[in-house]
Amino acid sequence: MAHADIDFGPINFRGASRAALKDPQLRANFRRAMDGLMSKRAVQFADSAEWHAMRALGASVRLRALSKLPELLEKLEENCTRNGITVHWASTTDEANAIVLEIMLRVDARLAVKGKSMVSEEMHLNAFLEKHGIEALEADLGEYIVQLDHEMPSHIIMPAIHKNTKQIAQLFRDKIRGAEYTEDVAQLTDLARRVLRKKFMNADVGISGVNAAVAETGTLCLVENEGNGRMVTTVPPVHIAVMGLEKVVEKLEDVPPVLSLLTRSATAQPITTYVNMITSPRKAGEKDGPREIHLVILDNGRSKIYADEELRHTLRCIRCGACMNHCPVYTRVGGHAYQAPYPGPIGKILVPQMEGLDKRGEMPHACTMCNACVEICPVQIPIAGLMNRLRAEAVHPGDAVKDAGSQRSMAEALVWKGWAATFSSPAAYRMATTVLSTVGNAAPASLPLLKEWTSVRAKPRFAGRTLHDLAREKGIPDA
Amino acid sequence: MTTTRPDTVYFFGTCLVDLFYPQAGMAGIELLQREGVRVVFPQGQSCCGQPAYNSGYREEALKVARAQLRLFTADWPVVVPSGSCAGMMGTHWPELFHGEPEEERARAVAARTFELTQFLVNVLNVRLEDKGEPVRVTWHASCHAQREMGVVDEPKALLRQLANVELVELAREKECCGFGGTFAVRHPEISAAMVEDKVADIEGTGAGAVVSGDCGCLMNINGALEAGKKPVRGKHIAEFLLERTNGAR
Amino acid sequence: MPDARSTILAKLRAGRDAHPVETVPSDFTVLRDKRWDPAERLERIKRMMEAVHTEFVDATEQDWPAVVQAFLKEAGARTLLYAPATPAGARLEAEWAEGGPDLVRYDRSVDEFKEEMFTAIDAGITQTLGAIADTGSLILWPSAEEPRLLSLVPHIHVALLRADALYDTFWQVMTENRWADGMPTNALLISGPSKTADIEQTLAYGVHGPKRLIVVVVR
Repeated sequence: MAHADIDFGPINFRGASRAALKDPQLRANFRRAMDGLMSKRAVQFADSAEWHAMRALGASVRLRALSKLPELLEKLEENCTRNGITVHWASTTDEANAIVLEIMLRVDARLAVKGKSMVSEEMHLNAFLEKHGIEALEADLGEYIVQLDHEMPSHIIMPAIHKNTKQIAQLFRDKIRGAEYTEDVAQLTDLARRVLRKKFMNADVGISGVNAAVAETGTLCLVENEGNGRMVTTVPPVHIAVMGLEKVVEKLEDVPPVLSLLTRSATAQPITTYVNMITSPRKAGEKDGPREIHLVILDNGRSKIYADEELRHTLRCIRCGACMNHCPVYTRVGGHAYQAPYPGPIGKILVPQMEGLDKRGEMPHACTMCNACVEICPVQIPIAGLMNRLRAEAVHPGDAVKDAGSQRSMAEALVWKGWAATFSSPAAYRMATTVLSTVGNAAPASLPLLKEWTSVRAKPRFAGRTLHDLAREKGIPDA
Repeated sequence: MTTTRPDTVYFFGTCLVDLFYPQAGMAGIELLQREGVRVVFPQGQSCCGQPAYNSGYREEALKVARAQLRLFTADWPVVVPSGSCAGMMGTHWPELFHGEPEEERARAVAARTFELTQFLVNVLNVRLEDKGEPVRVTWHASCHAQREMGVVDEPKALLRQLANVELVELAREKECCGFGGTFAVRHPEISAAMVEDKVADIEGTGAGAVVSGDCGCLMNINGALEAGKKPVRGKHIAEFLLERTNGAR
Repeated sequence: MPDARSTILAKLRAGRDAHPVETVPSDFTVLRDKRWDPAERLERIKRMMEAVHTEFVDATEQDWPAVVQAFLKEAGARTLLYAPATPAGARLEAEWAEGGPDLVRYDRSVDEFKEEMFTAIDAGITQTLGAIADTGSLILWPSAEEPRLLSLVPHIHVALLRADALYDTFWQVMTENRWADGMPTNALLISGPSKTADIEQTLAYGVHGPKRLIVVVVR
């Protein structure tokens, strides 16, 4: 029962999205889910002045942290170490996996229980541990569901959002020993509770992510509704927390605004059921809690993103998922079509930078630049602008982004050169538009580009005369 | 963004209007002239540069944008009958020209670029008298107009001034229609799904026409309406307003 | 070969020093301004927490142990795990009447009775530091005497809330009480019984944490 077999396979967004569009159940599930998430979020931020003040505060907190990132990471390490938390650093996901494995082997771990962590998805940690004979069991209900079905999560906050109750009922009946078929959500939940409770009790290691790490105090903050995060970070004798290096904040007082924006944006709650602030392992005299806590700080391309003045704003992200909830493209193709741990708008700017524009050059183009994500990002990331920048990087060799220029084609470059030459010369433009106005409508619908357009639309019709012509005829002054 | 009423404005038609909806462009010009504003249409204009810019070809976009910038020699406002082109000029030209010799001038022009309805409502404070027959319409909000230029209520405010026009709002008014420039041909299936949803939403309102301020959206939506053999058609708001106030249909 | 730590820090420093990150000052006014009339705070806390299925019971300083016992008896709880070395624990020991639930002392490491805690304990009781009006949240500050699993493993969590220990916001309570000067091993905000919406966005209660959260308001 693991992600062991899950590999995205060759990346093919066009193919994956086409398949998703043809799946009426998927389309219906996502439409309903996104509509609900959007309207509930709107209720949370109904006070416009408060929303604008909060997101400005959130952006400032994240920017301040980014401005001092190296110092804050050192401070975090210093305070965590003083508190008894062992800090590890990993440049790559391979290194991070190796660190986790070493800890698990040292304590002879057979079973790890996991809280939700997108970084662990980035690491493909479960598959890695499985290869080494260690069971890594997802304890967050949504993650547990997708793990049972050998799938990757399709949303960073609601991993099983692509499934409806019936599908989950069938899955539980098929995969959980002794489970009776039921579509009653309370009963399904109770079933998961009983199965996982035993696992919490017996697990050797608990693995979690980190929502915010506080440099000032060496504290790891986690939010959740289910209680599995607390279970995973309290019951097993060893707790390993994995974290992207950008998740640090400077001060403890920076945490409340970040968490408020996170919970209200992600699940439309003023706060989650639990806010868990961990500062040390079990101290002498204490009766519960892990005896060892490890924090693994992961780079995996973030330091390169950080180096670029513009692209570094990708790292403000607090992983709320609001961008994908509001994205009309995501709503229609769902999370799996992106074949990445991070889908939706944030995925489209983060993943190409992490994995390179050769492999992921199509992602920044899977966007209409509608700016819905920009409008609701709680930390004001200029997502559309970064999307545009990556489009430019994809077709121009350079050092700023991995595999920059790998999408450049001679044909396309020439098209734009020709376009620029024509459109920057009034005479050439006039000639071109005269030709188009006269014969453009004769172009067959099967021409490349036109073919794509006419698959669902009538051919656009060139007007017989241009606005230039009409303006001239009407005597509209030229200067 | 209220400014004092200017005597003269530049009209930047946009390439889509030029080629596909010139009547909408002329309607925009007439609406302005009717308010006593002198409209100047530099014949050397072509395109704001957005197609190349959104494809990652910034040098090429800059070359074309530069050629437009050269035309705006006087410091008159620039009025644009398209949310996305107004957005390109108003919000992206400063980035595009960053570090270029013309940066100052580009910023100045960007600062006085207006989307048409924005200009009609906030600067000219137009009053419209409806001379047309009763009709039900719906409004499609262009993404760039609402989110880049901040134009949300102005177009609907204009439509609501028309006494015989019943404005029914779309269920998902703010959702993108799926045009996205090259997106429509790069990801045609997703674009198709989006425009189909938009068409279903339009049909759901029972409106006889859908009005929009962006020709990219109109081409997209009209193309789908026509292919789907729907009786509804899309119209540019400039054309619609002119027709209503001139007493057509 | 340089270790990951040096490599990462060097890259970050180089990136930042080449282009410093522009910041804007953080204005906490929006949080500072979230204030409620003291008289309104409890009502708001109750409303928000009841909206997510928290149960409230009233009691006084004198009678709360009896109130808790009656409630748990009614709920069918057979066992109550508690922290004996706390003021609340002492009161329970002194005043608990015959007729169940059985009091179980949490006075040793969980490792000595883990299975019992997971399978044979129906309820756990803790004190709280107070509650927050903005979000409808209890503040728990577990300690050596009052371990954190008390509010997590048993199916019912009973939380004692003093009616005068109410705060406006999370930010307010942490800054006014200078939490940053010394954080405990674990500090918690708890805002209701455990829940999930992972099954078709339908809310279900009692996932991994307690199924029921009972707040005893002590005046």
